[in-house]
Amino acid sequence: MKEKNTGRVAEVSLGATTAEGGTRTTTIVVGGDTALPFHHFEGEVPHRPVVAMEVQDIVPSWPEHLGKYFRDVWDKPGEWARKGVDVYGADLIYLKLDGIDPEGANRSAADAVAVVKEVLQAVGVPLIVVGCGNTEKDNEVMEAVAEAAAGEKLLLGNAEQDNYRTLTAACLGNGHSIIARSPLDINICKQLNILITEMNMPGNRIVIDPSIGGLGYGIEYAYSIMERSRIGALQGDKMLSMPILCTVGYECWRAKEANSPEEEVPEWGTQETRAIMWEATAASAMLQTGAHILLMRHPQAVALTRKAIDRLMQPNNY
Amino acid sequence: MALTGLEIYKQLPKKNCGECGPPTCLAFAMALAGGKASLDSCPYVSDAARAALDSAAAPPIAKVVVGSGDTVIELGDETELFRHDKKFYHETAVAFLVSDTLGEAELSDKVAEINQLAFHRVGLEYRIQMVAIKNDSGNPETFKNAVQTVASNTGLALALISENPEAISQALGPVASRKPLVSAATEANWEQMVAAVKDSGCALAVKAAGLDNLAALVEKITGAGYKQLVLDPMPDSVSRAVADFTQIRRLAIKKKFRPFGYPLIAFTQAEDPLEEVTEAAAYVAKYASVVVLKTTDRAALLPLLTLRQNIYTDPQVPIQVEEGIHEVGTPNENSPVYVTTNFSLTYYSVEGEVEGSRIPSHIISVNTDGLSVMTSYADGKFEAEKIAETMKKYGIEAKVKHRNIVIPGGVAVIKGKLEELTGWKVIVGPREASGIAAFAKSQFA
Ligand code: B12
Ligand code: SF4
Repeated sequence: MKEKNTGRVAEVSLGATTAEGGTRTTTIVVGGDTALPFHHFEGEVPHRPVVAMEVQDIVPSWPEHLGKYFRDVWDKPGEWARKGVDVYGADLIYLKLDGIDPEGANRSAADAVAVVKEVLQAVGVPLIVVGCGNTEKDNEVMEAVAEAAAGEKLLLGNAEQDNYRTLTAACLGNGHSIIARSPLDINICKQLNILITEMNMPGNRIVIDPSIGGLGYGIEYAYSIMERSRIGALQGDKMLSMPILCTVGYECWRAKEANSPEEEVPEWGTQETRAIMWEATAASAMLQTGAHILLMRHPQAVALTRKAIDRLMQPNNY
Repeated sequence: MALTGLEIYKQLPKKNCGECGPPTCLAFAMALAGGKASLDSCPYVSDAARAALDSAAAPPIAKVVVGSGDTVIELGDETELFRHDKKFYHETAVAFLVSDTLGEAELSDKVAEINQLAFHRVGLEYRIQMVAIKNDSGNPETFKNAVQTVASNTGLALALISENPEAISQALGPVASRKPLVSAATEANWEQMVAAVKDSGCALAVKAAGLDNLAALVEKITGAGYKQLVLDPMPDSVSRAVADFTQIRRLAIKKKFRPFGYPLIAFTQAEDPLEEVTEAAAYVAKYASVVVLKTTDRAALLPLLTLRQNIYTDPQVPIQVEEGIHEVGTPNENSPVYVTTNFSLTYYSVEGEVEGSRIPSHIISVNTDGLSVMTSYADGKFEAEKIAETMKKYGIEAKVKHRNIVIPGGVAVIKGKLEELTGWKVIVGPREASGIAAFAKSQFA
């Protein structure tokens, strides 16, 4: 029994090669699906979902089970990114500018631009760059980043319902795509897409971040919102048809289950395996409900997820 | 799909004799539609009408029962393709595979290990359901002994995995009353397999590669009168499983295609235990009623069982705890007071950490309709007024001599207002519950 879908998830392309006006050696296209996730039998799933590994512009306060893989490079964002790509197989890099937070290190826009350039130089894959969450500072910094990396076709975030104009304008003017982030609410998600497209941003330059909950901490809400949004897209709702980014690593590494030592909760098993699987299991669930870009942290969770994607991308036509 | 009263009425004898209780056939039909009567009350209903009504009223996916007593498991009886439409009811049962080639001691050890696989998190107990014994030896006698060993070492439900009807017959004999799941009937063995399970009424997995073959085989078996079935389309890849399971579920629910109106069983293929769990996660999301695993690694199972709980939770009604003052340990009039929401997840995250601080305490849970701290705050349900009101309502003033209350770090902004309303000193706690133990030691120890 095949469903006839009239709609299609938009195809967003990330990164530009030299020929296209950027400096990337590889580019990525996400989306384009004309069916539910991995329903190859009744539609097209033209591009595999991708895994983005996180790099920050400041040394993060990550736990030891991440620290041991990244400590040698996490004060050098370029090398950190290169390790993610060359050693751990990241499809692209998600650069989080937590260092610009006025409540924290309060780095300047120029500092942020320098880090973005450093990462662009270090790796050939496309780049996602996201601010720290402080609206004003993010606007200032992301504008500078967008300009400095004009033509690279970055994916920049986060645009939110009450703060999307500056970032949208910056992306529009410099050829980048934008992340539209909504607080687990399909109406706000759609509304934000409408607002951004009304500023003349084409639908194929928007990626949705629906705000996922962590595994065991509200992931089911994200699961259902994403499922509804994919169904909406397939039924032809253009304002729900953007590819989806899920911040799996961020959510999972705040969970108690990723951070409690085995001595404290022997019943939960080895801590590192548990943390890896917290991330990989959440990623598996998000893949089943329509994720296109997974933000992840632990190298082994990344490897497991890439293998899971390989298996799911095998044809299943009848 | 439930029938309307009128649809049912059409099938009734229309004698209006009243022997069924209600005065007329129409009234009886209405009672039937509302689930308030049973068709058995009408002595005159024809066999044809009964068959038509039974099949129309049957759920799109049959409920199949495995196990007995405390470990009875209900499989299937699902009505939805997507959980946002209503809810998935019967969570995926998790089974662990053991081989009959293991020696008796090894086997008992393995079973003992499986028996211990229960997990507690955020106020919930996650349980596993079955031990699946596989006839790898090919020998019926060995199989029978292995099943006996497992049965006498566990209270969990059993699954007997063999395509040899003789092996099933022998092994089933002594454990039939425990209603094991038997896997599997195939094109080659189905008649003997049905004969082997018939008397016990055990659930029988039906296995055939390809959906058409599976449907045809199910029809033969149901045609022969056996209907306690579980389906195995024998997918040769995870991708194929996602496709097959979706097709089966869709055809059952949207088309009421009877041969597919049974629960699904999935066997993991990956050899690496961690890959196995990412694979199983896909089956939990995509409709498997039973998933058979090889790994018993707790660290990999906890995330899988958490996902199962998440997917099967009611999308409309968050799990809640009672509003009021809860005690951790045996608090007295000097013990700390924390405030949080009545969302079960939030409450138990906090309770677990307060317990971990080893300082007896009071925790006030405010009725936020089961919303988390930031969600309820954003929705106006965790405001200073509401907290002050709850403090008063449950008389916290009478329970402690001091006047200090700890609020979640996420809502630091309500501090001033809450102090104003209550006259209490409001202490802003950490943002994450995980910070509570250290915080408590510095503040209250
Ligand atoms: C799942 C979720 C929902 C679910 C609700 C689930 C539920 N039952 O609560 C749904 C989809 C319904 C939802 C709705 C909304 N949500 Co919402 N939601 C989330 C999400 C993803 C997770 C929340 C969660 O369950 N966390 C887990 C629990 C355990 O966390 P918690 O209660 O905060 O408890 C922790 C700490 O606070 C601390 N703690 C708790 N109590 C105490 C007590 C003390 C004393 C201490 C020291 C510590 C402490 O310990 C816990 C563990 O660390 C978050 C974003 C995120 N990723 O966190 C957004 C989030 C909370 N939602 C948000 C918003 C805005 C909304 C909506 C208003 C959106 C809208 N306009 O529709 C609605 C409002 C509700 C409504 N009208 O229905 C915002 C809140 C923004 C803000 N800062 O105010 C968030 C932060 C998302 C965002 N980034 O914008 N949401
Ligand atoms: S007993 Fe049967 S025939 Fe008589 S009134 Fe009831 S439904 Fe009608």
